[in-house]
Amino acid sequence: MTTFSVALTVVLAIAMLGAAVLAITGRSLPIAILAAGLVSLFASVLFLLLASPDVAMTEAAIGSGLTTFLFFFILGRVRGGENG
Amino acid sequence: MAQISLATGFLLILIGFYGALTQRNLMRMIVGFTIADSGVNLVIVAIGYMHGRTAPIIDSTLPAGEAPARIIDPVPQALVLTAIVIGVGVTALMLAYAYKLYQAKRTLDISTFTELKW
Amino acid sequence: MVRRFAALLLILALGAVFLPLFLAYHPDTSLNPTALYYAERTAQDLGAANIVTAIVVTYRGLDTLGEVTVLFLSAAIVGLVLARDRLTPRPHTRVPAGELLTTGSRLLAPLIMLLGVYIFSNGHLTPGGGFQGGAVIASGVLLLLLADPERRFGHRIIGFIESLSGVAYVLIGLAGLYYAGGFLDNRILPTGQVGQLFSAGAIPLIYSLIGLKVGSEFSSILADLSETEEL
Repeated sequence: MTTFSVALTVVLAIAMLGAAVLAITGRSLPIAILAAGLVSLFASVLFLLLASPDVAMTEAAIGSGLTTFLFFFILGRVRGGENG
Repeated sequence: MAQISLATGFLLILIGFYGALTQRNLMRMIVGFTIADSGVNLVIVAIGYMHGRTAPIIDSTLPAGEAPARIIDPVPQALVLTAIVIGVGVTALMLAYAYKLYQAKRTLDISTFTELKW
Repeated sequence: MVRRFAALLLILALGAVFLPLFLAYHPDTSLNPTALYYAERTAQDLGAANIVTAIVVTYRGLDTLGEVTVLFLSAAIVGLVLARDRLTPRPHTRVPAGELLTTGSRLLAPLIMLLGVYIFSNGHLTPGGGFQGGAVIASGVLLLLLADPERRFGHRIIGFIESLSGVAYVLIGLAGLYYAGGFLDNRILPTGQVGQLFSAGAIPLIYSLIGLKVGSEFSSILADLSETEEL
């Protein structure tokens, strides 16, 4: 069990860092926003492994759900400006 | 496990701030800030974690008497809970200002906003 | 190029600050005195099963009041910044949402709101609480906005729920000052038995008010953003 959760932590950590680098360097803005949402989603799984279910729920509902939608609302309004 | 999470959190802060500093697009700068935000939350939660202990919720498998010996530190969790909510409020504010700036100049490129530059 | 180099230098300096912090980290083996106090006293003093909830709502209740105030301010500023756009009449370029989304939202939105209410009314027993439940309610509102982008939510109703729950929150806090140990003390109501729905004194009541307040604040942010014009 312990080795399993450590292995899962390592996988999640690598996935988070990869998604973060993609969010910073990616060419297209929608993909960058989705990658940032993915960082939040992996973070919420990691919070669950760190025995913090309250924080995991908050991060999943607010950090990864609502924030991504806020970004897409604005992205829909500024069409054409994303490459500027 | 806590060490891995701690290192990931610190690296996320660095990646997020690097993105916020080098990008020229306002939306991409805000993306960088949200990644740094996730990193800070991860660092605080990882500091409160203790190996082999469980979540601070009393139920049938965790009687109140055993709680002091078996739960992890609940204070960082309470702090992060509020930090996440404040984070989304700040992000919404930044996005609203980005929208107004786009309305004024029809671009999101930060280098075109030179009114306050010296 | 210079800008990128300067940013990299700054990040390296920040990393040099973080490295000793990381290397000096030793996991605790026992709880520190503050955490130990909360772990020992929460169940017998406050009657709450979820210690994180007890800290957020009672032990550090004043912080939480300040926090929902900050959230209220940010929602109000988003509304203020985007206010002028809402006055201009929109051209009627209505594209109806698909049948699936319309019917699905009609079916799902009440269930999502009910789940939000469940989450914040059980905040003292299970993981979750006012902030999570409020976000779930706001996502129900978001579903309605996606199904019908032309829909106008009554800002008056959202504002009414928001201010009513805020005032009730402060009044319960003041009642704690008179009838129990201090501001936002939950023992104005009987603490009951740990693990029951009606236990932990005023904690479920306060967290439900926080849930309504947070839900209406997020909903108003989403409604403000969706009512902006497409540029």
